[in-house]
Amino acid sequence: MHRAVVLLVLGGMLCLVLFGRLLYLQVIEHDHYRTLSEDNRVKLQPIVPNRGLIYDRNGILLAENLPSYRLEITPEQIDSMTATLDGLADIIEIRESDRSRFEQLLARKPRFEAIPLLLNLSDEEVARFSVNRHRFPGVDITAGLARHYPHGTLGAHALGYVGRIDEQALKELDTSNYRGTTYVGKIGIEKTYESLLHGTVGLQQVETTAQGRVLRVLNRQAPVSGRNLYLTLDSRIQLAAEAAFGDYSGSAIAIDPDNGDILAFVSLPTYDPNPFVNGIDHAAYDALRNNDRQPLFNRALRGQYPPGSTVKPFMGLAGLEQGVTTEHSSTYCPGFYMLPGNSRKYRDWKRAGHGTVNLNISITQSCDVYFYDLALSLGIDNIHSYLGQFGFGRSTGIDILGELSGLLPSRDWKRRRHDQPWFPGETIITGIGQGFFLVTPLQLAAATTALANGGHMLQPNIVYAEQAASSQALIPHTPRLLDTITINQQQHWDDVIKSMIDVVHSQRGTARSIGVDSPYEIAGKTGTAQVFGLKQEEKYDAKTIDEKLRDHALFIAFAPADEPKIAVAVIVENGGSGGSVAAPIARQILDAYLLEPTP
Amino acid sequence: MNIALGRHHADASKRGWQYRLHIDAPLLLALIAVAGYGLIVLYSASGGDAGIIERQLVRLGIAFSGMFVIAQVPPRLLQRLTPWAFMTGVLFLLAVLIGGETSGGAQRWLNLYIVRFQPSELMKLAVPMMVAWYLAEARLPPHRWQLLAAAVLIAVPMAMIAKQPDLGTAVLIASSGFFVLFLAGLQWRLLAFFSVLTAAATPVIWHFMHDYQRQRVITLLNPESDPLGSGYHIIQSKIAIGSGGLFGKGWMNGTQSHLDFLPERSTDFIFAVLGEEFGFLGILLLFGIYALIVLRGMMIAIQAQDSYTRMLAGSLSMTFCVYFIVNTGMVTGLLPVVGLPLPMISYGGTSIVTMMAGFGILMSIQTHRKLLAT
Repeated sequence: MHRAVVLLVLGGMLCLVLFGRLLYLQVIEHDHYRTLSEDNRVKLQPIVPNRGLIYDRNGILLAENLPSYRLEITPEQIDSMTATLDGLADIIEIRESDRSRFEQLLARKPRFEAIPLLLNLSDEEVARFSVNRHRFPGVDITAGLARHYPHGTLGAHALGYVGRIDEQALKELDTSNYRGTTYVGKIGIEKTYESLLHGTVGLQQVETTAQGRVLRVLNRQAPVSGRNLYLTLDSRIQLAAEAAFGDYSGSAIAIDPDNGDILAFVSLPTYDPNPFVNGIDHAAYDALRNNDRQPLFNRALRGQYPPGSTVKPFMGLAGLEQGVTTEHSSTYCPGFYMLPGNSRKYRDWKRAGHGTVNLNISITQSCDVYFYDLALSLGIDNIHSYLGQFGFGRSTGIDILGELSGLLPSRDWKRRRHDQPWFPGETIITGIGQGFFLVTPLQLAAATTALANGGHMLQPNIVYAEQAASSQALIPHTPRLLDTITINQQQHWDDVIKSMIDVVHSQRGTARSIGVDSPYEIAGKTGTAQVFGLKQEEKYDAKTIDEKLRDHALFIAFAPADEPKIAVAVIVENGGSGGSVAAPIARQILDAYLLEPTP
Repeated sequence: MNIALGRHHADASKRGWQYRLHIDAPLLLALIAVAGYGLIVLYSASGGDAGIIERQLVRLGIAFSGMFVIAQVPPRLLQRLTPWAFMTGVLFLLAVLIGGETSGGAQRWLNLYIVRFQPSELMKLAVPMMVAWYLAEARLPPHRWQLLAAAVLIAVPMAMIAKQPDLGTAVLIASSGFFVLFLAGLQWRLLAFFSVLTAAATPVIWHFMHDYQRQRVITLLNPESDPLGSGYHIIQSKIAIGSGGLFGKGWMNGTQSHLDFLPERSTDFIFAVLGEEFGFLGILLLFGIYALIVLRGMMIAIQAQDSYTRMLAGSLSMTFCVYFIVNTGMVTGLLPVVGLPLPMISYGGTSIVTMMAGFGILMSIQTHRKLLAT
């Protein structure tokens, strides 16, 4: 055969091999490669929904979203992550916390997804990176929205804050809805209402280049913005209340007795939530944590204090309603009380004693001996069941997560907790709100609310309405009536409330200082809670005692007394005296709400 | 072997304008067709870049002119100039190894101040010419020692080019030399012997390969081992071709190429663009034109009147065949990525000019035949 023909045949055979290959690729495996090519071409991108805004009840913006620049890295486009991070650190400060958070996310997120390294870059940082951008393929600046709290510390304990999603949060969240989301509510309302505020992620199918550059959007499913929240809080009252405390630590809660709306939610000292949004640095965080006055501690929700004498109106009501005492029964107060057959003296705060007292005088002047006697007559079981109706010992169910339940002691509880029987002496001190008895400021306010509105236990609520981003309409949150306290005789309630009015407005009332010039009638009760126990013969002297061991000052009140529009509970840590420290703070809160016109 | 030749005699009716202009019309038409087809594909591969088309047109113009000029040179003269061309080429290669310009990690370029050119391109023609020249002087089939000498003539420039490194061109030059040897009547048993020897030499060749060349072989065997590194080219080009299917996605509609997934899409991997946009049928069309070119070239070889032109024409035609088989083989993932363009289609460089010069030689051989007595 001619050699040229041999070569041609050989070439032809090679071509046949090629055709075989092409048939395999283009016909047999066509579907497979078409799918691969589609995957190459089309990427699913999340569109992050805008987080809902938070307003106060008058429409004042408390949490907003501001444009911010962030630095993002797409791992699959990076050759050496270490070199890239080190290189970036030369131009822009990268804190250790930023880096470790980034590395956590790096391990969990798909490599083609951009991961934020730094949030909220300053203009200068943006400029510095832009100049050097060519050195960092795979690193980009993107514009986004960052949470901002325009009023800073105001109401921070109620609002809470959002923070960057970290590894922990990633485990708890519905990751498909949080694709692309940077922030998640960490605490407070931001956390409780996370699902409403966050909204629903949108998706778009985009055609991209191999470098991930978006060429066009193939189809788009719009995100649903988070819902705006309108709080029951009134910034004016909140501001007045926070200011009224001066330098004191403590807490104040103001509630609208008609519906359980929380008008003021004070826990002091407070803090600025803004630094937490983009990750607070270690030094600032340590300073907050190690601060003796514990600014990060939410006292309103989690502070548990002995209610002291503020419990007396409830005790009095218990006595009257249970038929253990009457308006006219009287007791002699020699300044102390002793159990029969026991030499231990239960002291009255007034060493000289109040003389002969009835319920009205005992509440007005806060006689302890009367209530020692009443408590003993009632017995711990009655106390526990009656006071339990006012929500003591139970969390109120407020729509802020993390609430503690306080403690309303009982035989059962003592058996369970201490494996001991209940002693009568413990009943006695429970009668004046001491001993095991603990309340949170929120509980105390909720109980006061029920007292003010005639026995309606309302669930305190801090959000009164939500609003879909697409509409103007407010969807109100309906107040929730938890329980209605049975009133055996209206007169009993009227008597107790009259006594509370006398606390403020009578000559010898313990809070008369705030009643003198009050244009409206206030019903109140002072309280003083011992921080540490005095020995039998020791005398309490505020001046000689360490400030941290000084008594807590308490005051509960509602006003106007005949038609209550607001109920408050104030606890001033180490304030000393309820009448002179806590009551004036309460008065300022009442004034702010009752005297200033609603905008 | 001379039977085919003896049967042929050109009659006067065929000696029209083609002979006067020294143009082979079938070959020219096929070349124009493939160049036109190439421009259409290139326009899409470049993303509709008119500038690239313009430059490619200029290059094609130069190449066709070069072909036309070389076609005027009688094969006799070509044969006389062969040793000089070869020696010049070897000297240039030596110069490149010593002081050539580096581009893309390979030292291939020689700056002659007027033009920058790759001496390896010259050798694509000079090596088959030289081997043919050497063996044409000898009695065929060649003696063992003559074969050895011819092998040296092939191996020296090949080694120098492989050293640059330019594996693709080295393979082409080796095969062009081999085709001359084969057409000269290389004994079948020697062929078998050398095949075994080559197989045995594979580990030795492996040892002398550059890391990147080894990587290409590894990648060929298992592209998925490094999908973002060296396997990326092959994976993406297979996706492009495979997703094209029978009929293709349509001109300018190849997503793989237009969205930058396909690397080197205007140059070495342009076949994948063609496969993606025109499908299996588009590839068949291309292969049809290529087959016409190769068949016409081999016909010229068969009709050639002396052993020099016969061997040279055969070698040039078959090398063109190797050219597109190696390129398409590498783009479809059958062969390692050796860096050869798709002839007449890929954007760029001197290879088109060299190739067209080769076709010029073919045309010269065809149109300078002496009239045989009828």
